[in-house]
Amino acid sequence: MHDKILLSHGEGGKRTRDLIAKVIARYFDNPVLSPLFDSGLLGRIEGEIAFTTDGYVVTPPFFPGGDIGRLAVCGTVNDLAVCGARAVAISCGLILEEGLPTEILERALAAMRDAAREAGVTIACGDTKVVERGKGDGIFITTAGLGVAVDGWRPAPPEIRPGDRIVLTGTMGDHQVAVLIARQNLAISAPVLSDVAPLSDLLLPLLPRFAGKVRFMRDPTRGGVGVTLNEMASAANARFVLDEGRLPVRESVRGVCEILGFDPLYLANEGKAVLIVAGDAAEAIVAALREHPYGREAAIVGEVREGGAGVRMRTLAGGVRAVDYPVGDQLPRIC
Amino acid sequence: MKYIDDFRDPATARALVARIRSDAGDAPVRLMEVCGTHTVAIARGGIRPLLSGAVTMLSGPGCPVCVTPDGYIDAAIALGRERNALLASFGDMLRVPGKSSSLEKEKGAGLEVRVVYSPLDAVTLAAATPDREVVFLGVGFETTAPAIGGAIKTASVRGVRNFSVLASVRTIPEAMGVLAADPEVRIEGFLCPAHVSVVIGTDAYRPIARRYGIPCVVAGFEPLDILMGISMLLRQKKVGVARVENEYSRVATPAGNRKAQDLIRDVFAPCDTGWRGIGVIPGSGLRIADRYASFDAEKKFGHPVVYAPSVSACRCGDVLKGKILPVDCPLFGKACVPEEPYGPCMVSSEGSCAAYYRYGAR
Repeated sequence: MHDKILLSHGEGGKRTRDLIAKVIARYFDNPVLSPLFDSGLLGRIEGEIAFTTDGYVVTPPFFPGGDIGRLAVCGTVNDLAVCGARAVAISCGLILEEGLPTEILERALAAMRDAAREAGVTIACGDTKVVERGKGDGIFITTAGLGVAVDGWRPAPPEIRPGDRIVLTGTMGDHQVAVLIARQNLAISAPVLSDVAPLSDLLLPLLPRFAGKVRFMRDPTRGGVGVTLNEMASAANARFVLDEGRLPVRESVRGVCEILGFDPLYLANEGKAVLIVAGDAAEAIVAALREHPYGREAAIVGEVREGGAGVRMRTLAGGVRAVDYPVGDQLPRIC
Repeated sequence: MKYIDDFRDPATARALVARIRSDAGDAPVRLMEVCGTHTVAIARGGIRPLLSGAVTMLSGPGCPVCVTPDGYIDAAIALGRERNALLASFGDMLRVPGKSSSLEKEKGAGLEVRVVYSPLDAVTLAAATPDREVVFLGVGFETTAPAIGGAIKTASVRGVRNFSVLASVRTIPEAMGVLAADPEVRIEGFLCPAHVSVVIGTDAYRPIARRYGIPCVVAGFEPLDILMGISMLLRQKKVGVARVENEYSRVATPAGNRKAQDLIRDVFAPCDTGWRGIGVIPGSGLRIADRYASFDAEKKFGHPVVYAPSVSACRCGDVLKGKILPVDCPLFGKACVPEEPYGPCMVSSEGSCAAYYRYGAR
């Protein structure tokens, strides 16, 4: 195998075959993918099917706490999980730039394999393209994900009502700050790890256990908790009121935000979920979340109130202000 | 971070609000926060509604992007278009409208604009691209001036000849003087900037307090700093004095940062300059001193920035002077929103219109 990706690796000939058989299939060795048919045959699947897709263009591809491979699997698994579905199969589309060290590709593939193993999902099919030098950024990954929904549960924004609580499963902004620091053009360093993690085992057991109590879940990736809550409030036509003092932010992340003027509310997360839950079950749901390693810092961060759609925040100073969508931040690619 | 928490304590905030309310008279006291960072902190802290009826906080001209005339944007675009200059800018400037376009729109049409986090990054960029002229868009107040000056000196020492600065640097006390003298604005107290004061020193406001009889308090940017500063202004008014007090004494000193001041004096010289919406204020600008003329983009390319008052329905000028609140502008939130800003106060993250729009309970 060559130590760098060449254009011919994407041309469909012997080198493409070599790349797939000797590199990619070695990491994704499973009964669905290994025959290398044109499709992965998944067999019969019972239950409601959820289907999602995503593209990953993060730069740099490796950052403290994660990498583009783990991100690709977790992002897809989480999009399914917040819709109440357990990921069954994921596709892996690779767009590689000519000259990419093969070792980088292998590290990303190993991370995808490990994350898929952790989430219990099969990487079922794939595709590889190589673009000319300068026409890509090393490695891009696209995925599609197929999952099976937990019986009887569906996201139900219309059921959100005053008195419901807003629950966040952990600290805000870890992923974006980790990536920003890894870019090394900010001349700051801080011990921040990306939170990238698959959330199915954290979230899905809640749905049968607290039947009828979890109304709506989202994962606050790009745009952070601030944007996600605005979208949720619009979908539910409800007013959300956050408590500034209860929003969990890691000390190191806060420090970086103070220096750079970022608001952690708008920073991306890759291992967190926002849940709107019934008021009478909120404490118990937080306690359940905290039993899982990915939910140790879960907290009730606000509540649903009467009034028009939108997001407000009770500030530490005792005032109330709007939490709106941010506009045109000059931020680099982070997922 | 525990240190910061001390300045965000809810119980202390409640006590300060109660004190402010009891010290305020029947009619709301008209105070101006001069600095855009204060404007944003007040909006983010939800402080304005907390004090409604007792204090009216007017937002001042202390947002560098907001007061930069549109002629400056036009000059920057022209340098890029006609002289093939690579423009380096703080991100905030990109969406500011010039007469007919913005840097963002031009960038979309092929103009090369790089966003940098520090003026020194622009020098580094110039050193790495010796065949291109790199023009840094040096916009700011006394806080940014030393960094711009430092970049010019660094370029001079390293002999980076393809680097220059399109300077648009302004000084705060002169603008405060103009507003203090304006009977339409009726300012009863100035909440003075934190970072600017760290550079120029709190003594810089003495002439304003003395000449116009307006209390001045330098305050930090944390919620409790702001509430404490407002409370100190009200106490001065109550006992009938007008002096300069320093709430931000943990950082700002009476004389300020001499080293930064020396750097400013070395690289810049005072000049008259135009403020968008306000007009030309004598002695309120800093131009690049003659000894560094080869780093002055205006001189290097013979392309002076022309200040001409703009004619439009946009009332940014009155907002910057504290004559109206952002919500009183007929364009606010309708024709003028952060995605499609009409005036600069809606563009900048420190602009008062943007702060009202983003954090105001609409």
